[in-house]
Amino acid sequence: MRKELIAMILAGGQGSRLGVLTKNLAKPAIPFGGKYRIIDFALSNCINSGVDTVGVLTQYQPLLLNSYIGIGIPWDLDRVNGGVTILPPFIKGKQGEWYKGTANAIYQNINYIEKFDPEYVLILSGDHIYSMDYSRMLSFHKSKKSAATIAVIEVLPSEASRFGIMNTDDDGSIIDFEEKPEKPKSNLASMGVYIFNWRILKKYLIDDAGNSLSKNDFGKNIIPFMVRNGERMHAYPFKGYWKDVGTINTLWEANMDLLEYNPKLNLYDKSWRVYYNNPALPPQYIAQSSYVSSSVISEGCMVYGDVDHSIISTGAYIGEGSIVKDSIIMPGSIIGDYVEVNKCIVAENVTIGNGSKIGLNTRNMGSSKKLPITVIGQNIFIKENSIIERGAIVDCNYEEKTDIKKKAEEALA
Amino acid sequence: MNDVMGIIKTGGIYEGLKELTISRSSAAIPFGGRYRIIDFILSDMVNSGIRNVGVITQNNYHSLMDHLGSGKEWDLDRKKDGLFILPPYVTTKNSGWYRGSVDALYNNISYIRRSIQKYTLLSGSNSIYNTSFDEMLDFHIAKKADITVMYKKMDFMDRANLSKYGIIDMNNRSRIVDIEEKPKNPKTLNVLMDVCILERELLKELVEEAYSRGRYEWVKDILIEKFNKLKIYGYCYQGHWDYIDNIKSYYNASIDMLKSSTREELFPANRPIYTKIKDEPPAKYKGSSRVINSIVADGSVIEGEVINSIIFRGVNIKKGAIVKNSIIMQNTVVGERSELDCVILDKDVCINSEKRIIGQSNFPIALPKKMVI
Repeated sequence: MRKELIAMILAGGQGSRLGVLTKNLAKPAIPFGGKYRIIDFALSNCINSGVDTVGVLTQYQPLLLNSYIGIGIPWDLDRVNGGVTILPPFIKGKQGEWYKGTANAIYQNINYIEKFDPEYVLILSGDHIYSMDYSRMLSFHKSKKSAATIAVIEVLPSEASRFGIMNTDDDGSIIDFEEKPEKPKSNLASMGVYIFNWRILKKYLIDDAGNSLSKNDFGKNIIPFMVRNGERMHAYPFKGYWKDVGTINTLWEANMDLLEYNPKLNLYDKSWRVYYNNPALPPQYIAQSSYVSSSVISEGCMVYGDVDHSIISTGAYIGEGSIVKDSIIMPGSIIGDYVEVNKCIVAENVTIGNGSKIGLNTRNMGSSKKLPITVIGQNIFIKENSIIERGAIVDCNYEEKTDIKKKAEEALA
Repeated sequence: MNDVMGIIKTGGIYEGLKELTISRSSAAIPFGGRYRIIDFILSDMVNSGIRNVGVITQNNYHSLMDHLGSGKEWDLDRKKDGLFILPPYVTTKNSGWYRGSVDALYNNISYIRRSIQKYTLLSGSNSIYNTSFDEMLDFHIAKKADITVMYKKMDFMDRANLSKYGIIDMNNRSRIVDIEEKPKNPKTLNVLMDVCILERELLKELVEEAYSRGRYEWVKDILIEKFNKLKIYGYCYQGHWDYIDNIKSYYNASIDMLKSSTREELFPANRPIYTKIKDEPPAKYKGSSRVINSIVADGSVIEGEVINSIIFRGVNIKKGAIVKNSIIMQNTVVGERSELDCVILDKDVCINSEKRIIGQSNFPIALPKKMVI
C-alpha cells in the first residue's frame, strides 16, 4: 500500500560516549525523564505528526529495544497497513553484513521502503529529546519543492563545532554543510531530522554504496555530496526544545531540564503525549519520613527518604534517611537506608547498600554546576557503607573494592 | 485455570455510593490513584489464567465500556475467547432490563452455552482484593462440590456490623449448612465475598430453572434455595479484602492503602493489577510542595501540601493548598490556598482559590464529577 511519507529511525548506534550506560543496551533504549526511553520521543513525534509507518534500524545491543518496541502498541503503531517494523541487519545472498553507517543502513533497507512506494522519506535519530511536528516540516519541504530538507536549531556559537553546521542564504536554501567544523560559519545546527524525496535519495544511496571511500554516513557523505551537486536543499528552522543526549553530561542536563518550574519540553501537553511502554505498577507512595522537592517521580516508586531536584524513575525505591540530590535514579533501582546520592546517574536495577555515599566530594572540586557526574552502571550491587568518589564511573560490582574504599573513608574521617 | 470462564456482574445500584455513581456504575468508580474497582477482580481472573471473561453491565455502563475497551490492557483482546461485554438488550422475549443477576445470566445464556470451559467463576464487582483462584478451584475439585463460595472470616469486626452482608454457617468439613442474606443478627462471622465456582453446565441449569419460576436473585433464589440439595462448600479467603458499597467503605478502603501492609497485599510483584493506560508523564513536585504519607499517581502536578491522601492521575494541587485525609480523583484541580480535609473529590472537579471544605473521617464529604466550587 502506498504511503506519502514513511519514517526511518536510526537506532543502531552504540553511543560510546555514554560509556557504562550503553554497555548492555543501545543508546535509544536508555531510560529518560522518569518513565520514558529516549526512542519514545522519536516514535511519539511520528504518531503525533500522523506518520504511521516507521522502520526502526537496530544493530548494537538490540534485545531490550526490540522487546520494548514490540509491535508498537504503546505508540499506536500496531497497524494493519504500515506500523512499526524493526529492521536489523540481515543476510543477503551468500553473506550478511553489518550496517556500515547511517546511509548504508537505509541503503540496505531499500526493499522495505520501496514496499510503500513513498514520495518522501523522513530520516530520524533515535537519540534526541524533543517534540516536533514533522507534518509541518513536510509542508515546508513541499512548498520549497526541495530535494532534501534538514531541520536546524540555533545553538550557542561556542557549541557549534559539536554539530553538523548549515550555511544558508536568505531564503533558507543550504549553500554549505560542514560536519563538526572547527571554525563554524553559522550557528544553525542539524538536528539529524531529514526529509528527502525518496527517488532522489535512492539514487544517492546507490551511488554512495558503490563508493568504497565513503563512510556511508548522512552527515559526512550524502548531504555534503548533495549540496556539492547543487540539489535543491533547505534548512527548516525549529524553535522548540531539542537536545542531543549523546554524552553523560547532556543526558544529565536534559533530565534536569525537566525539573524547571516550567520546562521548555512540555510533557503535560495532552494533545502531544509522549507515549511509552507501560509496566502496570501501582502509583507512587511518598512516606511520612520523606521530603520531596523540585522533583519528578514515576509510578511504582516508594520514597521514604529525601529527594531534592532529582528524577526518580519507575519502580525505584528510596530508603529512609537517604538523601538523593541532583540525580537520576533509573527504573527499578534500590537506594537503601541512610544513603547519600549526589549528582549521580544510577542506571537500571542497581542496588545501593545502606549507609553508602555515592558521589562524595572527597576533594574540593568547586561549585556544584561544574562538578563531574558519578555514574553507576546497570545491575550493579554496591555493598553497605561503600564510598564512591565524585565523578567515578562504576561498571562492575563494587563488593570486592569496598575494603579499599573503607580505608579511604577512614582516612577522610 | 484454562478450563474456567469468568463472569463479572456489575449491575447493582448502591444508594450509599450515590455521589460517585451519578455517571457510572459502581464497578467503574475510580480507586487507589489509577484504578477502577473492576480492575481488581478482572486482573485477579487474568492472573489466575482465565482467558474468557464476560462482564454483565446494566446501569450507566458507558464509562465502564470506555474503561474496558477491547480488553487490551488485561490481555483479553483475543481471537479465541477474550473479553465480552454483556449489556441488556431488547428482544421479543426480554424487556431489555435485568431484573436481577439471574435474569442477567439468563439473558446471556447463549454466551454461557457457547463457552467451552468446564467451570465458571461467577463474581460481583465491588471487591478490592488481589488473589489467584487456583487454590479455590483445587478445593472445589477435591471436595467434589457442586458450588464453592469464597468467604472471609471477619473476626476483627463487631458482629452487629455484618448485617449488610450474606452470612454462611458451615459444618466442620466446610459444607454450608445455613445461609442468611443481610440478617439482623448474623449467626456467624463468615461473610460471603460474592464470588463462587461451579460447573458451567450446572450454572446453566440453575439459571434456567430459577428463571422459569420467576426468580431472579443469585443468593436468595439459588444459594439459599439450594444449599440443602446441592453440595455447597465455603472456601476461606485469608488475605486483605475490602467491599465497597457506600461512601464510607470507599473512603476507608482508600485510606487503608496508605498502610504498607495493604499495598503489599494488593500489589504483589507477581500479580499486577492492570488498568486502562492514560500515557501520563511522571508526577511533578514543584518547589513549595510538601507530601507526607500519600499515594500520588502519574501526571499530577503538586505545588501545595498533601497529607495522608490519595492523588489520582492528572490532578493539580496548587501553591499553598492543603489536602489532608482526602481522595482527589483524576484531573481535579485544587486552587491556591484552599484547604480540604476528609473530602472525596470526583473527576474533573474544580476547587477555586481559598476555599475550605472540611469533612469528618467517619463522614467524608463527597463532591460529584465536574463540580465547581
